Amino acid sequence: MTVLESRQGLEIHHVGKVFSQPGRPDFRALDDVSIRIRPNEFFTLLGPSGCGKTTLLRMIAGFEHPSEGEIRLDGADISVKAPYERPVNTVFQSYALFPHLTVEDNISFGLEMLRRPKASIDETVTRMLALVRMTEMRNRKIQQISGGQQQRVALARALAPHPKLLLLDEPLSALDLKLRKEMQIELKRLQHETGITFIFVTHDQEEALTMSDRIAVMSAGRVQQIGSPRDIYDRPANRFAASFIGETNFVTVKLLTVSATSGELELPGGTVIHAGVPDGVKFSPGKATIVVRPEHAELVGAGAGNLAGTVTNIVYFGTDTHYHLRLKDESSFIVRRQNRHGLSFGPAIGDEVGVLIGEGVAQLVED
Amino acid sequence: MSDTASVSLALREKAERRRSRLLTLPAVLVITIFGILPLLVIVAFSFMSPGAYGGVEPPFTLEAYVSFLFSRDIFDDTLTFTPDYVLIYLRSLTFALGTTFVCLLLGFPTAYFMVTRPVESRKWWLLLVTIPFWSNLLIRTYAIMFIIRDEGLINNTLIGMGLINQPIVMLYTNFSIVLGLFYSFLPFMVLPLYSSLEKLDFRLVEAGYDLYATRSRVLWRIIVPMAKPGIVAGCLLVFIPTIGAYVTPLILGGGTHLMVGDLIAQQFGSSRNWPLGAAQAIILMAGVLVALFFYVRTTSEAKLHG
Ligand SMILES: Nc1ncnc2c1ncn2[C@@H]1O[C@H](COP(=O)(O)OP(=O)(O)O)[C@@H](O)[C@H]1O
Ligand SMILES: [Mg+2]
Repeated sequence: MTVLESRQGLEIHHVGKVFSQPGRPDFRALDDVSIRIRPNEFFTLLGPSGCGKTTLLRMIAGFEHPSEGEIRLDGADISVKAPYERPVNTVFQSYALFPHLTVEDNISFGLEMLRRPKASIDETVTRMLALVRMTEMRNRKIQQISGGQQQRVALARALAPHPKLLLLDEPLSALDLKLRKEMQIELKRLQHETGITFIFVTHDQEEALTMSDRIAVMSAGRVQQIGSPRDIYDRPANRFAASFIGETNFVTVKLLTVSATSGELELPGGTVIHAGVPDGVKFSPGKATIVVRPEHAELVGAGAGNLAGTVTNIVYFGTDTHYHLRLKDESSFIVRRQNRHGLSFGPAIGDEVGVLIGEGVAQLVED
Repeated sequence: MSDTASVSLALREKAERRRSRLLTLPAVLVITIFGILPLLVIVAFSFMSPGAYGGVEPPFTLEAYVSFLFSRDIFDDTLTFTPDYVLIYLRSLTFALGTTFVCLLLGFPTAYFMVTRPVESRKWWLLLVTIPFWSNLLIRTYAIMFIIRDEGLINNTLIGMGLINQPIVMLYTNFSIVLGLFYSFLPFMVLPLYSSLEKLDFRLVEAGYDLYATRSRVLWRIIVPMAKPGIVAGCLLVFIPTIGAYVTPLILGGGTHLMVGDLIAQQFGSSRNWPLGAAQAIILMAGVLVALFFYVRTTSEAKLHG
């Protein structure tokens, strides 16, 4: 096997999971999930609570087995291997640190189970403690350190065996905002320094956008879209992906002609513009939906632009201001404007305004 | 704070303390009447001389404790070390340790099985485990006797099926004693194990598997250390009553194996040597207290660690 072949990363191949419980109907938690995660990637599973993120992660870790499909790690099928036979480690949401052991003994646990020599274990533990900046806490009991410190120990414990994959199930959700921001940066640094593939689970879209190389957006047990944060934000594949990530406007339009990359459409006011088409999605002329991000639309005077509406609310955010509009067809539309000095045009509530949707701003989405 | 305020606060605190002392009174009374007084009586008895027809009489003497270890020559009063009683204690100790071990060996998987059942069905398993408590110890012991004796259920069945010609002798053996003690005291092992295993966070078990620990290593490195308080409590709850057990060894041992319980009963009965019986009871209790001391030490250590 060549080096290239042995570094294929993780392949989740048409995986499904059905939970059967006595006395209750079967429950399908995952449906035909296919994801390919590259080596060294910071990959995020993003989706609302209950969409199956934890279930997928537990199958990669080996705590659950797929009902259908296959999970391959560097080419080898690991679907039915026990957790202790997989070069995969997990940072649990609850941390799951061993309360009867010290910080040091927690970190060395995996290495001892792998029967590494004593000297190498000591060396690795020292290195891990330094990596997560916990050197002084080496001999503390788990109850004697704070939540944020426990988080670091959990990371060190999972990184110590240098797994091929590190799985992180909403690891930051228990931390307060400030600590969470710190740990986001910290996690990126750790991933960079260790070169380990991170599979990160979150329901926080902002966290996903700022940290990930690529994101899989999930909903109701299915993958909705896979792509870089930019792809997903700028070119959402469907209504779910568009609305789950960031704020967005949906406008119902009439699609006139469409190719694989671009569509020509008529806006509610009658003007014709072009919109992008997400990869691999087929559209046909007729009624369609486009998304326009609030910061991509521009507020102009009444009669100008290509949409017309009335200002219903203005919300000031410091760095920018949100203008809530009601369009002629009674749908709502939000425009976000950065607060710069010398902005001359400032409509008030009740004013008639125009909205300019520039070329290449609108995106067609699947409903 | 003004002086009057601090005075009234002090008064209130005093009243509070008086009231809480009053509330502890029932407990103190129960412990005194049923615990401390009988104990003092036994201690007093052990330092007196035997009455001719049972009971005790003055003078105060250490004779009972001396005769526990030595026999006195009736002609010249010289003492010779006689290990008879010590051997009986050692036999009881062996049986108690054996029973405790068997209870732990079978009780642990039982308790583990119970806590891994769905929450709704656990109460039924608990009920099943406590069923032996529902009938009298004597009846239960006789029931075992009827099952394992030479013409008992097991032997008759095996002979009836033609598997054996001669009955397997089980009654009045070490086996029957341990079996009886095991059966009587298993719930005392299972219940504390159950309660400590129920508190076990199974996510820690998963973390163990995730960190390359196989099943047996997860058991030894994670489950057992976390269940330690339950293991220690269960072992003591089985060990303490079995070392002084009376009925079970008597019936299932058939009097062939003299145990501490029988020995003490003998002193108060046929031997009419109450001081010796009392001394033997005190010595047994002292041994148990030493065990308790170790229990307290290990659990408080476990609390520090865990
Ligand atoms: N062991 C199980 N038995 C039955 N249903 C389960 C089990 N585990 C998870 N589920 C269900 O599967 C769905 C997905 O759960 P989960 O993967 O935990 O979602 P997420 O992590 O995205 O919040 C939920 O509806 C949950 O109730
Ligand atoms: Mg989850």
